[in-house]
Amino acid sequence: MFKEIKIPFSKEDIANLKAGDTIYLTGTVYTARDAAHKRMSELIEDGKKRGLDIDDILPFPVKGNVIYYMGPSPAKPGQVIGSAGPTTSGRMDKYTPQLLGMGLTAMIGKGKRTKEVYDSMKKNGAVYMAAVGGAGALLSKCIKSSDIIAFEDLGPEAVRKLYVERFPVIVVADATGRCIYDEI
Amino acid sequence: MRDLEVSLITKNIREMCIEANLFLEEDVEKAIRTAGYTETSETGRSVLSQIEDNLKIAGDERIPICQDTGMAVVFLEIGQEVHFTGGDITDAVNEGVRQGYEEGYLRKSVVNDPIERINTGDNTPAVIHFEIVPGDKVKLTVAPKGFGSENMSRIFMLKPADGIEGVKNAVINTAKEAGPNACPPFVIGVGIGGDFEKCALMSKKALTRSIQKDKSPADAAESKERNLYIKELEEELLLKINDTGLGPAGLGGRNTVLAVNIETFPTHIAGLPVAVNICCHVNRHKTRII
Repeated sequence: MFKEIKIPFSKEDIANLKAGDTIYLTGTVYTARDAAHKRMSELIEDGKKRGLDIDDILPFPVKGNVIYYMGPSPAKPGQVIGSAGPTTSGRMDKYTPQLLGMGLTAMIGKGKRTKEVYDSMKKNGAVYMAAVGGAGALLSKCIKSSDIIAFEDLGPEAVRKLYVERFPVIVVADATGRCIYDEI
Repeated sequence: MRDLEVSLITKNIREMCIEANLFLEEDVEKAIRTAGYTETSETGRSVLSQIEDNLKIAGDERIPICQDTGMAVVFLEIGQEVHFTGGDITDAVNEGVRQGYEEGYLRKSVVNDPIERINTGDNTPAVIHFEIVPGDKVKLTVAPKGFGSENMSRIFMLKPADGIEGVKNAVINTAKEAGPNACPPFVIGVGIGGDFEKCALMSKKALTRSIQKDKSPADAAESKERNLYIKELEEELLLKINDTGLGPAGLGGRNTVLAVNIETFPTHIAGLPVAVNICCHVNRHKTRII
């Protein structure tokens, strides 16, 4: 049975979500994949050196937000977005603990993560969810708005702000560190 | 000698890139439907039902099945009686990819250099494999390959003493490691023999074959020539990989793999190369003969 959950997640939501739960998400998520993560990480390092407020220099405030690892196909005229399914999350693992440390609450992707990511999720209270890979046409129907907000030169890897409605995901790893991939 | 204008190649490649990204071949669709009937896990059935709904939406509304519309892999089997006119055949193929990915609203996923990584903006260059065959026709196959599964593919230079058990372990372990990253249920292409690059190429080409064993006349004729042990090995690997319980999307279940397709080639006295090319359930390929 799918549970309905609204974004942003409350502390209670995070505590109540259990690995294996199937949920419909409604709210704002931000897309970022390989190249965008690399750039954000560079901006964070640079901002720290120069003593800047990190939230001012990143495309979106990380704290309390959700990242969807996704690079869509182009929208046809009249469409909000093209095909829009998850990409493999593991490629972002190098950058993820830093973002979790800054208050990222959830990630949507597919596939296994490193122990460092799961440990950091446990420490910071975050969840990792998977959408069905290769179901990009279906998932695009749950995306009601899409705006490029940064790194437009990266094409499909630009950072987008999406509003999703009843977007189907399964909780892969919860904030206690339990991961369903480990149980299969 | 038959003159063939390369613009005809461009036109066909353009259409095939679009078609491949919107419609699976009937055999793959059928295998996904069958998986839906046989799946024992509730989560697995839910995943397969999303995959089936997705195929319907993709076809009806002409939205790519998957946002990763792949790097375009193009096989050209060129009859030796064919003479291409009107330009460079490689340019003609790339032009077809360029036009297809633009007109089809397909994602441009190719970067100019593995280290510099600047998007080329038109999904070119394609990975092109030329082969010279008898006759005066050209057989074109376009197989857009997503990298979620490509990244989980492996090659093993086994020892002859490893034998058939070594081959089985290589394939099963690769499938297990690919896990949820590569979007199961998979289609797995396996190359056995040849040398390093021949083996990898066979594994890729195996993914473009029908997965409905011996159903198409071409496949039946081909299979008569194939060693019986290969067919048995394909069936055994299918069962053993499904026995892992990885299931649809790697969330548990019976249907981990839709088919295992094996190609073999003679090899060196000192070697037993095995390449395992993993493909997700969006096993895309279109073939035309011109």
